[in-house]
Amino acid sequence: MIGANSNIDQATWRTKVGLAQMLKGGVIMDVVTPEQAQIAEEAGAVAVMALERVPADIRREGGVARMADPDRILRIKEAVTIPVMAKVRIGHFAEAQILEALGVDFIDESEVLTPADDRYHIDKHAFRVPFVCGARDLGEALRRVAEGAAMIRSKGEAGTGNIVEAVRHLRDILDGIRRLTALPREELVTAAKELGAPHELVREVAEQGRLPVVLFCAGGVATPADAALVMQLGAEGVFVGSGIFKSENPFARAKAIVEAVTHYRDPEVLARVSRGLGEAMPGIDIVSLAPEQRLAPRGW
Amino acid sequence: MSRLIGVLALQGDFAEHLHVLRRIGVEGREVRRPADLEGVAGLIIPGGESTTIGRLLERFELVEPIRALAQAGRPIWGTCAGLIVLAREVVAETRARHQPLLGLLDVVIRRNAFGSQRESFECDLLVEPLGLPLLRAVFIRAPVVEVVGPTVEVLARLPDGTPVAVRQGPLIGTAFHPELTDDLRFHRWFCSLATPAASLQSTA
Repeated sequence: MIGANSNIDQATWRTKVGLAQMLKGGVIMDVVTPEQAQIAEEAGAVAVMALERVPADIRREGGVARMADPDRILRIKEAVTIPVMAKVRIGHFAEAQILEALGVDFIDESEVLTPADDRYHIDKHAFRVPFVCGARDLGEALRRVAEGAAMIRSKGEAGTGNIVEAVRHLRDILDGIRRLTALPREELVTAAKELGAPHELVREVAEQGRLPVVLFCAGGVATPADAALVMQLGAEGVFVGSGIFKSENPFARAKAIVEAVTHYRDPEVLARVSRGLGEAMPGIDIVSLAPEQRLAPRGW
Repeated sequence: MSRLIGVLALQGDFAEHLHVLRRIGVEGREVRRPADLEGVAGLIIPGGESTTIGRLLERFELVEPIRALAQAGRPIWGTCAGLIVLAREVVAETRARHQPLLGLLDVVIRRNAFGSQRESFECDLLVEPLGLPLLRAVFIRAPVVEVVGPTVEVLARLPDGTPVAVRQGPLIGTAFHPELTDDLRFHRWFCSLATPAASLQSTA
């Protein structure tokens, strides 16, 4: 379609980060069927995450959680025009190669699935499709960016309907950024060492006062108020996992969370969209989880 | 009198547009409600997801106020998703359902014309009002203009002839994203089309 001599570059860093920029101010929703994907699109989702099971079910059923069945992903892709994301296990670059071949728009290298490598994440620069990765603090976020992640999200504690971990991660990432901007140049090398992140990225964050990629919130968002909270804290958009399709009225809740993310600073709109949504998903208090039941510590 | 440019801030890369406006010394304003349009000399509809932006335009009752803005002759520029929602029509996809459109620009758009994200690209482009040097154009899951109405002027084409930037009087549409580069010329040109709204205030 495109002719020669125009200096064409496909799948550049700018197009990868650019897609994440187009998703800003939006809600990305976990779905397991084409019907759910259409409900999400109709509600105003900017993208869907095609999964075999939502995190709440992964948590309940246990076992090894893997990349979704390609047939399921393709059926979901057929059902919507918005971007389709899918998850791979941490370090499982072969699953990522399969998702790229399927034409998925974004890959989430996710702690929600069972890790495939307990030492190394995927070399994400090797792919044409962009990646999003979870992080708990600035050091982890910048290690993922160094590996090629074009978007960062908080990890939160997926499948709990409890926002506390996501808030902690978001605050830790943003506090880390604010701290760097206050440091004199000579302290940045030591800061990089302490963060466990490359010095060039640390210097860039110190100069710009922001991550080099888009930052979303994920893990435990269940209500429009949760979405408004994390947006006001500094998230640029929101992932909602189990929070929609494990609630009483998924369409109304999905629509309300979309509207809350757009008008996150407008309490009147938030009050209006928060009404009449039925029951939210049942939540789990994080302190009741045994250490081996927690997903956020996965990844390094 | 300084110009105030509104940037539709329902969803998408509106912050990038506002950042460019700051760099060229033009005042920008986030537009989320009809009242935010008051006094703007022009409007930018950013990139993002066209289905999301379209639905939010309807839900927050911005469709008619933006049409009124166009009727008052104020320039409106849509990038990517913004081009789609400005259009008269989007080529029917079997999987597509309701896509709210402003229906202002007499073009038919094909969404995701190049395929999925791995086919996204950048290239050098001759954009008529800017001339040389060529503009580095970033196409992200980009649409193209499939049918151009009789009063619509094509401002830029891919080497195979496909229109990717169009103008119909004060209405501008680009399939690519000048706001993602350091090239400020397109924003400067667009702002030059916008006269201070104060002189038109009587219509508001």
